[in-house]
Amino acid sequence: MSTFVGQGVPRVDGVAKVTGAARYLDDLDLPGAWHGVTVRSTIAHGTFDGLDLDPGFDWSRVTVVTADRFTWGPGRAGGGLGSNHVALIEDDQPALVPPGGTIRHVAEPLALIAAPTRALALAARAAARPRQTARPPVLTIDDALRAEVKLRGDDNVFKSFLIRKGHADDDELDVAMASAARIVEGTYETGAQEQMYIEPQAMAAWLEAGVVKVVGSMQCPYYVHKAMKALLGCAGDDVVIAQTVTGGGFGGKEEYPSMLAAHCVLLTRAAGVPIKMIYDRAEDIAATTKRHPARVHHRLGLRADGSIAAIDVEVIMDGGAYLTLSPVVLSRGVLHAAGPYRCDVVRIRGRVVATNHPPHGAFRGFGAPQTTFAYERQIDKAARLSGADPWTYRDRHALRLGDTTATGQRLESSVGTDEVVQAIRAAAGDPPERLGVNAHGAPVRRGRGLAFYFHGAGFTGSGEQRLAGRASVAARADGRFDVLASSTDIGQGATTIFTQIAATALGVPVDRVRVADPSTDEVPDSGPTVASRTCMVVGGLVERAARRVRERLAAGEDPAGVVETVQYEPPPGIQWDDATYTGSAYPCYGWAGCLVDVEVDLDTREVTLLRCVHAVDVGKAINPVIVTGQIEGGTVQALGWALLEHIVYKDGRVANANMTNCIVPTFADVPELETIIVECPYPYGPSGAKGVGEIPMDGPAAAVANALEDALGVPFDRIPVLPEDISRALG
Amino acid sequence: MADSIQLTVNGDVYALTASPWKRLLDALREDLRLTGTKEGCGEGECGACTVLLDGVPVNSCLVAVGQCGGRAVTTVEGLARRADGETILHAVQRELVARGGAQCGICTPGIAVCAAHVIDAGRLAAGAAARPQARELLAGNICRCTGYQLIVDAVVAAAGATGGAKR
Repeated sequence: MSTFVGQGVPRVDGVAKVTGAARYLDDLDLPGAWHGVTVRSTIAHGTFDGLDLDPGFDWSRVTVVTADRFTWGPGRAGGGLGSNHVALIEDDQPALVPPGGTIRHVAEPLALIAAPTRALALAARAAARPRQTARPPVLTIDDALRAEVKLRGDDNVFKSFLIRKGHADDDELDVAMASAARIVEGTYETGAQEQMYIEPQAMAAWLEAGVVKVVGSMQCPYYVHKAMKALLGCAGDDVVIAQTVTGGGFGGKEEYPSMLAAHCVLLTRAAGVPIKMIYDRAEDIAATTKRHPARVHHRLGLRADGSIAAIDVEVIMDGGAYLTLSPVVLSRGVLHAAGPYRCDVVRIRGRVVATNHPPHGAFRGFGAPQTTFAYERQIDKAARLSGADPWTYRDRHALRLGDTTATGQRLESSVGTDEVVQAIRAAAGDPPERLGVNAHGAPVRRGRGLAFYFHGAGFTGSGEQRLAGRASVAARADGRFDVLASSTDIGQGATTIFTQIAATALGVPVDRVRVADPSTDEVPDSGPTVASRTCMVVGGLVERAARRVRERLAAGEDPAGVVETVQYEPPPGIQWDDATYTGSAYPCYGWAGCLVDVEVDLDTREVTLLRCVHAVDVGKAINPVIVTGQIEGGTVQALGWALLEHIVYKDGRVANANMTNCIVPTFADVPELETIIVECPYPYGPSGAKGVGEIPMDGPAAAVANALEDALGVPFDRIPVLPEDISRALG
Repeated sequence: MADSIQLTVNGDVYALTASPWKRLLDALREDLRLTGTKEGCGEGECGACTVLLDGVPVNSCLVAVGQCGGRAVTTVEGLARRADGETILHAVQRELVARGGAQCGICTPGIAVCAAHVIDAGRLAAGAAARPQARELLAGNICRCTGYQLIVDAVVAAAGATGGAKR
């Protein structure tokens, strides 16, 4: 039997994308559609007192709505709408701040305007002026913790977690830490990061035979579906959500599309015409979610032999103005905060606080990159202090089969430590010459940095069981097969790998398999396209469904009508306790190592990346070309986060909301990437595959900072490390 | 005020009635319905809207259509050619597909246009110099998905396949 698993099958959407034939939201013909724009707050905290409309503007040609235009509560059946919230974990974020309501950040939507042309909509927006009363804002983590201005409860804390391993209370933790021969202690700060998908947020909505239809650029059609049901107060069949070809997501199109969909739906209801809304880059950067800024205080208690006696971590993240996904981001952050190292006594405390920044949200890695930066700086310092080679130190203390994580999870399978350690060692070669002169004649210093890390694949704890994701495979009379899943292809190749998995399980050529476009009226809810779960979890469902279809056809059934839908079943041995945060935090982990060589120009303080080697254990590469692209894309986002990507908040507003000043790496900023795929199969993933999407984002930033310390002899504990930071550090 | 502007796009002559200040990007997308050219930033930073104007890569978001009268524009739709009823992709389009150089695809039209120019104009040297050269010449096109490595692979392979000269 032929297998397509493990083959670099060309992307099924490749030709459409290289010829320009692929149709993104802005490329669609939407006859009669009006353009929607958003009137936003201009203060970080205060009250929306009402909207003034310039009498000199002809308002008869446009539709303007504020929240009080609608009847909230009775739902669709009662002739009104449901709830003025963007439903997610908690219903705290309004779709539109109502007149008289509280403004909690500088980009709050206050009103919506639709017009036949975008130019007219923008002219109307310029003639609409919100009246606002400002109150003192909370703009830093420290201000939030002081709680002089209260945004959330008495303490401004959205969510906190406590993980304890090997000790009963704080006194026992103190005893363990006091028994250590040495303590390595540091505070690590990481900045907000913009996803910078090249297609901005884009959505359209209209009414079609009594059904509200929403199409657009998104990761999670069923998240938008849930949010629109709540907004409209309607049944599931009354609203259909369909993904269009999506120009990148990286987490940025996980929760925010529900907001944009809400705005399109409200405008189409008010204006009675189809509405499309496409953000320009400035609005996209100013208003949509970014990676949570974080501050991590990390203590390692070392024994005389260098082994780790105790780990104590405190994680604080800036959640921004609304809860959104912050508790889950924090959860992943704390669950990774001790790192993949053996230690019997671990305390991890985490808090995410409310501020008056626009909400921070999902971004590839989802909390883990922030805590990985901290622990891999710490481990590097521990190695230095112990006089050990930094890679040997990691090798000696890293988790292996049979070891337990911070939550007491015993690692039973698919631990790639040895293979990753060996892969990096084999590729490393000699470190760069420490001193030299560059092409401009400037003196340079060079150094090498390393990092080792892990990333839990799939939803946390019992999350996958609660999600109960489903996927279907259907045989068609013409000998073709359809894969039906709500997983979206946002560039990561989901459509292609599902095709490979299904074709292999069915025993047919790949061109006989079609993956249906994700639309909520056609595909089952497979769960969201997040958390490195699409290949491992949903791919596993596709494989099981395809096998069942094959069995039925082999038994002689008529293909027409053969459909198999399967639901997630947890692998054996998975136990998780949400109350104590103990047990199997994730069904399995990816493992990775990164080596970075840097060169610092001592005249300009510019950093050049000389080498970047990245070895990632993915279980099994269903498509090695696509996996390589996933690893390399994540690597470069992480390198950018370390050295270039700097969101500058000023008075709660992003001061550099444009691509000229909010920069991301170009072709010329990154070295030739040396990517090594490591395969330690996960027994319950399709052909052994586990997650790959996020882990490449976790570690390279620490490797860069470690390399800078190696080169310059001074620590860098805050990213991005900009030339001015290097100047200050060198004195 | 609207002007009548005649320009050649992908070999076809068009007469547009449009404000001369209209962005070439919008004229292509809205008036000619050539939607392969994408808008990523609207400020000339991301390169998603790259087209060739008289054979030279430009950001079409920064070019007024009034500047294009009597000139020739090549968009991503014009890279492939038709022969015997078949679509023959440009070498760089073929290599981008084969080597995983396109992921989400929104930057791909701009990169394909710029890379096709670099290759067809023979601007890439043979051998080891080709890769850093490709990085320099494509540095105006931002891709957020790939980390660039597989795109450089595709561009260099396409240049090699075509001898660095015309396809």
